[in-house]
Amino acid sequence: MSWVKKYGLSAAAIAISLVVFVVPFIFIIFMAVKDQQQSAQMDFSWPTSFHVVENFVQVIQARDFMLITAYINSTVITVTSVALLVVLSALVGFVLQRRVTWWTPWVDFFILAGLMMPPAVVPTITLMQQLGIFKTIHGLVLIEVAYNMSFSVILFRNFIATIPRELDEAAIIDGARPLSLFFRVILPMLKPVTVTVIVVQTVAIFNDFVNPLYYLPGRENATVQLTLYNFQSQFVTEYNLLFMNILLITIPPLVVFLFFNRQIVAGMSAGAIKG
Amino acid sequence: MAVATAGAVNAPKKSRVKDRQASMYPIWLLYPAAAIYGILFLLPTITSLYYSLTRWTLFNSEFIGFDNFIQFFQEPFLYQALINTVIFAFVTSGLKVVLGLALAVLLTSPLIARDFLRSVVFFPVLVSTVGVGITFTILMHPTEGVINETLAMIGIDGPGWLVDRNLALYSVALVDVWRGVGLATVIYIAGIVSIPADYYEASRIDGATRWQQFRHITLPLVRPAMFTVIILSFIGGLRLFDLIWTMTKGGPGFSSDVMASVVYKQYQSGFYGLSTAGNVVLFVLIAVLAVPLNMFLNRKVVTR
Repeated sequence: MSWVKKYGLSAAAIAISLVVFVVPFIFIIFMAVKDQQQSAQMDFSWPTSFHVVENFVQVIQARDFMLITAYINSTVITVTSVALLVVLSALVGFVLQRRVTWWTPWVDFFILAGLMMPPAVVPTITLMQQLGIFKTIHGLVLIEVAYNMSFSVILFRNFIATIPRELDEAAIIDGARPLSLFFRVILPMLKPVTVTVIVVQTVAIFNDFVNPLYYLPGRENATVQLTLYNFQSQFVTEYNLLFMNILLITIPPLVVFLFFNRQIVAGMSAGAIKG
Repeated sequence: MAVATAGAVNAPKKSRVKDRQASMYPIWLLYPAAAIYGILFLLPTITSLYYSLTRWTLFNSEFIGFDNFIQFFQEPFLYQALINTVIFAFVTSGLKVVLGLALAVLLTSPLIARDFLRSVVFFPVLVSTVGVGITFTILMHPTEGVINETLAMIGIDGPGWLVDRNLALYSVALVDVWRGVGLATVIYIAGIVSIPADYYEASRIDGATRWQQFRHITLPLVRPAMFTVIILSFIGGLRLFDLIWTMTKGGPGFSSDVMASVVYKQYQSGFYGLSTAGNVVLFVLIAVLAVPLNMFLNRKVVTR
């Protein structure tokens, strides 16, 4: 009796979580390979015929290869902002962890504010217009760096706290200057946390929808998330193409996840708990 | 003698350490980061306090005092957005706290395919929110959607998830829980696996049941993780925009509008002052609800 109760319960729990979390993804895949008529029924059924290549080509060609442009834009934005984030936040985390002065509490306050507070959108747009970086790719890169800085700094600072200060002392006695101390002694030791920051921020910035919507409007600079959003109104009758688009945009995070599963989970939970 | 020299040497040594700190960890290393953060995040946040007091359109701005804020509390659709934001944050964070813990307990007990299940639960966190929104809009279609067709098979007349005025906000909240519970779960799992196994062993020898172990060992010791989940999901709930926008655009009517979607709508219609006031209301909401929560929960951890 208790055996049935024990295993029956966990079997049921497993079955429910499988259905709840897996079925929507299978639904996306099924819809993406159906023909237009079958996808219009919106039901969860095995595709009667497979149109993988056909749907793929149609989605790619839609609106003058907009998805390709969007992929290039998103890649450029993601790679540049993550590179900047890693170097700048590692420097901040390093100095903040090693040097405690009267302004440390203020910096802590600003880091917390950056983590919690929503950005003031319209004043930011006005400011970017004055600086001439509104509607530009590099403008959005700087925005992504500013908005994601806090989280990265916290991760780096927590990790640097585990590196013994004696190491710095030794480097200093050997005549290291601040920059060589950072780049040649500290940075090489930050590899695990750097991988975490890279992976977590890549996924976050690649999936970002709100900031491109505000700061990078217009077709020529569309990002993948904006493209998907625009396709939603364009493909109202062609669900197969809409879902092929979703599938194509879901694949990069899936690949990243398969390779860096451990770092993502560790990074997200560690940063959250200690932060 | 020794004491005296130690005292004499100590004072200059201390200031020398400070000097060396200043020279080895110079502030200018912070300048690039501080410039980007200060100009693009802090500066607009500060100027927003002024702009929120103006009637500001494409062409000019005019100082009008607190009129924008008064409007927020008088216009029913703006006021409702405020209420909706709070409801949304409470519902989603509450569900994530409870369901996340349940899933974490399940996924830390010995199971077949445990790692696979952990991945399955976590994966929605990494998927494009727009994609999730579109997928669930179609799954929740009132007549032909998979959810209602499945309910019909077992004889339940499914509700109009996203087209019912009273339900739309809660339907989006459910999807947000689906998307975010994986993060809550991994935070809980990190907390649970750090509890020493000896505690469970000792309690088993004393004859404790599984429930007693959960109630008296897991629950108290997983508290720091739980606080993190509460804070993260509560603030995330207050700030949510993308899911609402891709699923309902605040509709039907204004029934699922939240602060973030109001900010965007007012911006789109050119009411920049009102939009910025919406932003300031959201700051205040977070400051009033989340910051004290943060301090309260952190204090509890420290004193324990």
